[in-house]
Amino acid sequence: MRPFAYASPRTADEIIALLTPGSAGADGASRPLAGGTDLLTLMKADVATPSRLVDIKRAGLPKGIEETPPGLVVGGLTTLAQIETHPAVRARYPALAEATAVAATAQLRNVATVAGNLLQRPRCWYFRNPRIACWLKGGDHCPARDGENQLHAILGGGPCHAVHPSDVAPALVALDADARLRGPGGERTVPVEGLFAAPEGGRRRETLVGSDELLLALRLPPADGSRSTYLKSMDRKVWAFALAGVAARLRLDGRRVAEARIVLGGVAPVPWRAHEAERALEGAEAGPAAWDRAANAALTGAAPLRHNAYKLPLARALVRRALESLAT
Amino acid sequence: MNVIPIRSSSEIRLTVNGRPVTLEVRPEALLLDVLRDRLQLKGARRSCDMQVCGACTVLVDGAPVSACTYLAVEADGREVLTVEGLADGDRLDPLQEAFIEHGAVQCGFCTAGMLLTAKALLAEEPSPSPARVAEYLRGNLCRCTGYRKILDAILACAAPGGGTR
Ligand SMILES: Cc1cc2nc3c(=O)[nH]c(=O)nc-3n(C[C@H](O)[C@H](O)[C@H](O)COP(=O)(O)OP(=O)(O)OC[C@H]3O[C@@H](n4cnc5c(N)ncnc54)[C@H](O)[C@@H]3O)c2cc1C
Ligand code: SF4
Ligand code: FES
Ligand code: FES
Repeated sequence: MRPFAYASPRTADEIIALLTPGSAGADGASRPLAGGTDLLTLMKADVATPSRLVDIKRAGLPKGIEETPPGLVVGGLTTLAQIETHPAVRARYPALAEATAVAATAQLRNVATVAGNLLQRPRCWYFRNPRIACWLKGGDHCPARDGENQLHAILGGGPCHAVHPSDVAPALVALDADARLRGPGGERTVPVEGLFAAPEGGRRRETLVGSDELLLALRLPPADGSRSTYLKSMDRKVWAFALAGVAARLRLDGRRVAEARIVLGGVAPVPWRAHEAERALEGAEAGPAAWDRAANAALTGAAPLRHNAYKLPLARALVRRALESLAT
Repeated sequence: MNVIPIRSSSEIRLTVNGRPVTLEVRPEALLLDVLRDRLQLKGARRSCDMQVCGACTVLVDGAPVSACTYLAVEADGREVLTVEGLADGDRLDPLQEAFIEHGAVQCGFCTAGMLLTAKALLAEEPSPSPARVAEYLRGNLCRCTGYRKILDAILACAAPGGGTR
């Protein structure tokens, strides 16, 4: 790893000052360090080269899960292991518990934070190779588009075709979670869905979180009788990123679907909210006919690349299976 | 606002296998290298160097972590347990005894990581089901044993009453 400087501030304001370009002591190339499971990996591979890491774990930022009936607040520094085992998460927000349980290994889940999970970078093999200056790293073309793209996007791709790797993000979007952020100008709250945007133009990143902002906490609204689940398909059974994943949430009113969320992971540069599938479900009678319509609608607009068309039937089957499991 | 110290080298104080240790480390120093090269604790090993194989597993404040991707500065103020600290003097840890008894060690490369991950699991859940043990150990790879004997050894140390899932 290249040498870098290290700071371990005691307050959020001190952290933000160090992250803000132009302010005293900042150098414009500082990154917040949470669990480091993604950032240090990128630094070891010489793909990320910050000149300074600002450890955010000793500044009293929110960590752990706070029950705020009827909702729940998850601190940004909460580890995946803490979420996976929390009784209230398991009981009321199963999609989140399931998504954290299928992510990575015990060693990783003990260290990896939920904020870092949402802000992890793509696993695209060209991106992770320091010798390839692909578009996302500031280059002028995407070698995956006509290259080895079996793990790449089938929805919303271009100019970058990498998928968002997180299992947790689709679950939080399906649960209508909000994110509380803090930057130099104060705090703001946005839907988790609004943290993500496919990179375009000069913005070569998958997130709208500013490089001088901290993701403080996630707020889950009341589950309100909703049921939810997260299903993931992998090419091997132990730690692997999703070939496709689906977070689904249904609120039923008798046999009618009163509210639906279908969010796909592993298929687009952002957690993919399948609005068409949600529309096909809302108001419909629960049952195989509605599940089939939703599964087909979820892939509306899909444009597979040369080697990844297999993700279409995979994602459809996951949507159908998720809906079946929620309605029985 | 106070001036925040920005360091290119820092003194860390941690406990390693019950002993207090003070060291001067650079920010980019990895815990695995500090344990192996500065403290001569060679039990934790580097294999994949990417948080996949578990050979470098040590316990930090009781939780298994991959020391190959963990900064030494982050261990400041914490308790680190390596396989060298499992035995109590000449008395082996029950897990170590069970590994020997069940023939759960062949080349031994994975063994330190297996023991420590299992130690953390049993501290958290004294009677895990076989499926739970397998699931918890999915970040520890073994090229030799086929896992069966490792599972048996760990289950032999579980408190009675574990599920049979
Ligand atoms: C082998 C392996 C397998 C994996 N498998 C899966 C999987 O199956 N599913 C899955 O979803 N993930 C998986 N992951 C990804 C893993 O979950 C993430 O690496 C982890 O959650 C990142 O969290 P962290 O705290 O370590 O983040 P860090 O590595 O510390 O940070 C990641 C990024 O987020 C920024 N950041 C962190 N916290 C904040 C904050 N509070 N505010 C602002 N910026 C912040 C950092 O600056 C950095 O840019 C895997 C990772 C590995 C190495
Ligand atoms: S898919 Fe994105 S990250 Fe991968 S090579 Fe293309 S531009 Fe780079
Ligand atoms: S060497 Fe650290 S997990 Fe393989
Ligand atoms: S005993 Fe050889 S790797 Fe496990």
